[in-house]
Amino acid sequence: MSASGPRLQPTIFERSKPGRGGGLVPHPPSDALDRIPTEQRRERPAGLPELNEAEVVRHYVNLSQLNHAIDVGFYPLGSCTMKWNPKVNEWAARLPGFANLHPLAPDVTTQGTLQLLWELEQILLEVTGMRAVTLQPAAGAHGELTGILMIRAYHEARGDTARTEVLVPDSAHGTNPATATMAGLHTVSLPHEDDGGVAVEAFRRALGPQTAAIMITNPSTLGIFESRIGELLEAVHEAGALAYMDGANLNAILGRFRPGDAGFDVMHINTHKTFSTPHGGGGPGAGPVAVNERLEPYLPAPRILRDPDGAFRLERPGERPTSIGRMRAFVGSTGVLLRAYAYLRTHGGSGLAEVTDDAVLAANYLKHRLAESGAFDIPFEGVCKHEFIASASSIKKRTGIRTLDIAKRLLDHGFHAPTVYFPLTVDEAMLIEPTETESVETLDAFADALVAIAEEADRDPDVIRSAPHTAPVRRLDEAAAARNPNLRWRPAAGDWTPCPD
Amino acid sequence: MAYGPHTPADRQRMLAAIGVRSVDDLFADIPEALRAGPLRLDPPEPEQALVTRLGGLAARNQADLASFLGAGAYRHFAPSLVDQMLLRGEWYTAYTPYQPEVSQGTLQSIYEYESLMAELLGLDVVSASHYDGATATAEAALMTCRATRRDRVLISRAIHPHYREVVRTYFHGAGIAVEEIPLVADGAAAGTTDLAALEALLAEPERPAAGVLLAQPSFYGLLEPMAEAARLAHAAGALSVAVVEPVSLAVLAPPGAYGADIAAGEGQALGIAPQYGGPYLGILACTDALVRQVPGRLVGMTTDLDGRRAYVMTLQAREQHIRREKAASNICTNQTLLALAASIWLAALGPHGLRDVVALGAARAAELEAALTKAGAPRLHPGPYLNEFAVRVVDAPRVHRELLERGVLAGLVLGEAVPDEPSVRDGLLVCATEVTTAGDIAAFAAALGEVIGGRAPAAVGGAA
Repeated sequence: MSASGPRLQPTIFERSKPGRGGGLVPHPPSDALDRIPTEQRRERPAGLPELNEAEVVRHYVNLSQLNHAIDVGFYPLGSCTMKWNPKVNEWAARLPGFANLHPLAPDVTTQGTLQLLWELEQILLEVTGMRAVTLQPAAGAHGELTGILMIRAYHEARGDTARTEVLVPDSAHGTNPATATMAGLHTVSLPHEDDGGVAVEAFRRALGPQTAAIMITNPSTLGIFESRIGELLEAVHEAGALAYMDGANLNAILGRFRPGDAGFDVMHINTHKTFSTPHGGGGPGAGPVAVNERLEPYLPAPRILRDPDGAFRLERPGERPTSIGRMRAFVGSTGVLLRAYAYLRTHGGSGLAEVTDDAVLAANYLKHRLAESGAFDIPFEGVCKHEFIASASSIKKRTGIRTLDIAKRLLDHGFHAPTVYFPLTVDEAMLIEPTETESVETLDAFADALVAIAEEADRDPDVIRSAPHTAPVRRLDEAAAARNPNLRWRPAAGDWTPCPD
Repeated sequence: MAYGPHTPADRQRMLAAIGVRSVDDLFADIPEALRAGPLRLDPPEPEQALVTRLGGLAARNQADLASFLGAGAYRHFAPSLVDQMLLRGEWYTAYTPYQPEVSQGTLQSIYEYESLMAELLGLDVVSASHYDGATATAEAALMTCRATRRDRVLISRAIHPHYREVVRTYFHGAGIAVEEIPLVADGAAAGTTDLAALEALLAEPERPAAGVLLAQPSFYGLLEPMAEAARLAHAAGALSVAVVEPVSLAVLAPPGAYGADIAAGEGQALGIAPQYGGPYLGILACTDALVRQVPGRLVGMTTDLDGRRAYVMTLQAREQHIRREKAASNICTNQTLLALAASIWLAALGPHGLRDVVALGAARAAELEAALTKAGAPRLHPGPYLNEFAVRVVDAPRVHRELLERGVLAGLVLGEAVPDEPSVRDGLLVCATEVTTAGDIAAFAAALGEVIGGRAPAAVGGAA
């Protein structure tokens, strides 16, 4: 292994050598498994690799170094809010008093965690302007399902069972329509106006006694605040439907706009976006759902309650029959939620307002830099919120270079690419979200890189088309991967050792 | 602002470049009537004060009792190297590998997770992860409906009560019928899933079942007749789903070996701390035949332009960002870091270490059974178990409470956790693993002797 250069690794199975490793747990008595009937036992050990500690560590250290990450550099992935992940939060989550706590332990033994979760709920209520919150959902999409199931329960409780449609703007995340389907409802897609907002006339035509809900991401995935939101929500409620806010973009509005005050009935919060809990290479997240008084009776069970004597407890099974039920086992992703709590305590009310101010400032600055350069199309002019759309549409017409190529070339500059080809409504889209934790020097360097690539597209397009050149691997054959899926390694047959006894 | 890089001069420079006077101008698009006032929250807290606050909250928990509580979340030994690897920022501060060229670490680690779990499960397709065991079970049940185009699922009452509740919540939305398979009331198979009842539920030609779900080991710790249940399901044209605890698969037959089409389960036991409920690891796997039905991400091996081996997310046409309302599920964010944790734990222990973990847990559990029987709490069911079992205790809630006062967390009070199962009303569900000590077991038995004194029930196996 060289000290520099790509660190591509064999699979962990190929590193294995029969007879290697061991010594981590005491050896059990030889009759320990005698009571297990033979027909219930596996015939030979699972084909797991056999490795010593150094082999395991080097494998995972080398693999880790193939990743881009926030700890490595700028990660302007639009709609994902790749902000700094504070280190003290990792320390906190590992405190034995938190980490070793069993989820079914009696309430008298879990008062510290219950207090933390209860306080977290109070903070989220103040941030959202809502009435009650559940911390149970494991991710944003899981929160969406929770919210839409509560909306269904609300209509059902009123005997209003004809409401089978959910209105979803065409710029929404794919999770919104997929959620509606999981909840047994149909999606009606809403077109947008030239300014990026929901097309009001089409919206009014789609709205009716069959409408269960509208799901709106605000600010939208175009990075634009839905300025007609008051009018839209009024019409939704007049029609007897409810309004769901996808909180993916909450980072843009802390202390500036409270969805509950504006009339939204329910929203989810992505703690891994707005409140800095680490994205973990794709998860875990957490998706608390906040509701107003209309939906409070339907919250998943168990809720966290504070008794008059100040003691905290979990709701007992069956205590609130109106609940939609459980959305997952146990209380929630407490380890994620406590990191969010630490983040919220660190910032306090004034700090959260600064988070939003700086996130919006950074996005507008970067947007201004790109607009000023003239190198990219900026489909939506004017002020943006925490993210904005740039497009390579003109570059493509002129040079054939696509957004995908530009994304790959950015990797050579040491930056992660923005979100590309999303939203689906914009040609050759790049959704750029710098977040509040990146310095102006980084923003400038990123703008300079994009402008340089745009110039390179005219001068030397092949170098972009064949990018990346400095990543551990070059572009991948995704078609072959889908045509002949290889989804698992097959350890060589017979390559195993019997157990010592 | 904490973690923020901007000096006042930086902000001024950016505002001037944009051409606005103050940051408030950037929020002029929010209608005035809808603008929020300042958040009424505490002031910012410096890290030093935060550390004190969090340390105080952690100290209010009692996480160091002599614990025999399992019931779906298990303590296991995690070698030091596991957490040291997980603390590398290249792992936990990355996101979904949307740019595979700079995400090969995450992608290969997911491919290896899929491979390791395929070995344990005996099934070839393993999803990159789901939220937890309960949601993975619900997704497995939904898969059976999509694959068979039927809308009725049969679920054993010996599956974790939380899992059954989640399946009901999900299915109410999807409009699918879920019916429970009762437990055998008495005899040698008491407490296991009643196969005769299953056969009767499957023999309704007007209402064909899509899937049959059993857990191995069951919620009550018992070994279930998985092969028989799978055979009955297949004979009725239904799919067989095994809800498994993955550590046990070092010893127990894998789902693929007894004919399960789908396996779901909770991966927390693979060295992940209990953390009061999460984040955990939802396992979902299936046979090759069902690969287009499985929800969630899949990573496959391919090559790059130079022919080097590389990894990429694949078969994405199943997923919400492509298919929107026609997707197999709405899942997006998953539990990648927990899949990594499980993989590192498995790699560190290896096949023999894992087998030792299970065997030592079984040995400790046998010691626990002997000690509790002697102290007056015999087993509730007679059948074989691995490392978790129910014992009969009169007035279990009170006994549990009084044991807690003596520093013993005496498992789960079944009458409270499963109030709709009268046969376990007088039961405590207890478990042991390799980290259970002889001292813990002695303390439990001694305290139990004190608490129940002369009111022990007669020690008859199997009567329920």
